[in-house]
Amino acid sequence: MTVPQRWVDVQELTASESFQRALDIAAQHAEDVDRRGRFPSEAVDALRAAGALGWGVPCEYGGAGAEIDDLSGATFELARRCSATGMIFAMHQIQIASIVRHLANSLWFKDYLRRAAREQRLIASATSEAGVGGDMRKSIAALETLPGSSNDRVQFEKKASTISYGAYADDLLTTLRCSPGADSGDQVLVLTNLADTQIKPIGEWDTLGMRGTCSPGFVVQATCLAEQVLPAPFAVIASETMVPFSHILWAHVWLGIASDAFGRAQNFVRGQARQSPGNTPPSALRLSELSVRMAGFRALLQAALKEYLKLADGDGRTTLSTVGYAVRINNLKIAASEVAVEVCQSALRICGFLGYSNSGPYSVGRQLRDAHSAALMIANDRLLANNAALLLVYREGK
Amino acid sequence: MKDKIRKIVADHARLGVEFERVEHSTNLYRAGMTSFSSVALMIALENEFDLEFPDGMLSRNVFESIDSIANAIERLQRVQP
Repeated sequence: MTVPQRWVDVQELTASESFQRALDIAAQHAEDVDRRGRFPSEAVDALRAAGALGWGVPCEYGGAGAEIDDLSGATFELARRCSATGMIFAMHQIQIASIVRHLANSLWFKDYLRRAAREQRLIASATSEAGVGGDMRKSIAALETLPGSSNDRVQFEKKASTISYGAYADDLLTTLRCSPGADSGDQVLVLTNLADTQIKPIGEWDTLGMRGTCSPGFVVQATCLAEQVLPAPFAVIASETMVPFSHILWAHVWLGIASDAFGRAQNFVRGQARQSPGNTPPSALRLSELSVRMAGFRALLQAALKEYLKLADGDGRTTLSTVGYAVRINNLKIAASEVAVEVCQSALRICGFLGYSNSGPYSVGRQLRDAHSAALMIANDRLLANNAALLLVYREGK
Repeated sequence: MKDKIRKIVADHARLGVEFERVEHSTNLYRAGMTSFSSVALMIALENEFDLEFPDGMLSRNVFESIDSIANAIERLQRVQP
């Protein structure tokens, strides 16, 4: 029997009863998660029960073989209920994809994927570092051979400026220079089991929004097998997988947040209309303007998904490392992060003080605060500066 | 041609290693070239050889070494004489 490459389509995955239960649970605890700035453990447990943490793992290793469009759909549905749960799911799937697409023939990583699906392991990432100025493509910390280990064991220590859900994950993917003598851009990605990794939080995560992602900084110290280093250089993993997956899945988190705010504004306008049947309330006009923004937002994401799916495998794969693709995927992130805030802000205008309230069915404060994180996750200014340089050589539309 | 490319790489790639140690096959990215400095290198190469790299060629594997750059320029010179 041949193993199906892809288990089911997105509707079937997200329509399953167990995933629907996870969505309900995420919605139920979203407010408390935000207020207390705590990890959404109920929702993540429900995702585990639904097998959702293994969706991105190929069928041959016991996962669902979900593609980026399936994962985007699930991320969107989660983020509409609880942005933190949506973001945690998205980040986890980004780490899974980085392994799946770059493990080459590594037996260790194939075995790991089987465990990840079977045990529903949650993976966090330590790609940030204090001292590199927010540039994921540079590292200070380096991988070293463990003295006296005949090259089969390695060790590292890294001061990561933020690790989302670092204290709640099972495993950690860390970027490092490939050796103590390597250039800051010559990086690799290492997977360590958090049970064998020392991680010490530095600072606390008490933020304006995305409070439930629990993302303080950590000092990470680990010793592991040399086989736990992904065989591909991080530069390739980043351009072919981690960056496009991040920007596309994050954008679906933000679309989810914006849709939640839009839905609340729409309910508010309907409520007003019911009070004076026959008259269209003035706020309805604002809502119709907002629906134009939402249509543009969705179209932006659809186009990005379509392009990535076309290029992800086979001959198209090298196109993902071109200047043109880098410009386009950066544009997606910048545009999506800006429009998410604008939608939430407009929803606030529509709902007025009921929107400004921190509770109630028309409250959009949480959504607005959460949406503001979008422009900061890999700062838009950094991406604009990158694109400014890339556009010196890339001729758009040619 | 490779000597010309070598000089442009020396001037623009901003490598983190001593340039004498860079061979024609040395991976420039691993030697410290960033995407920023690779853009400066691309512009300088377009200027020097009076050509335009099409989008499909503006990728990491094309600019990763002096050899691969020379290869790309030779291919372009055949179509954009």
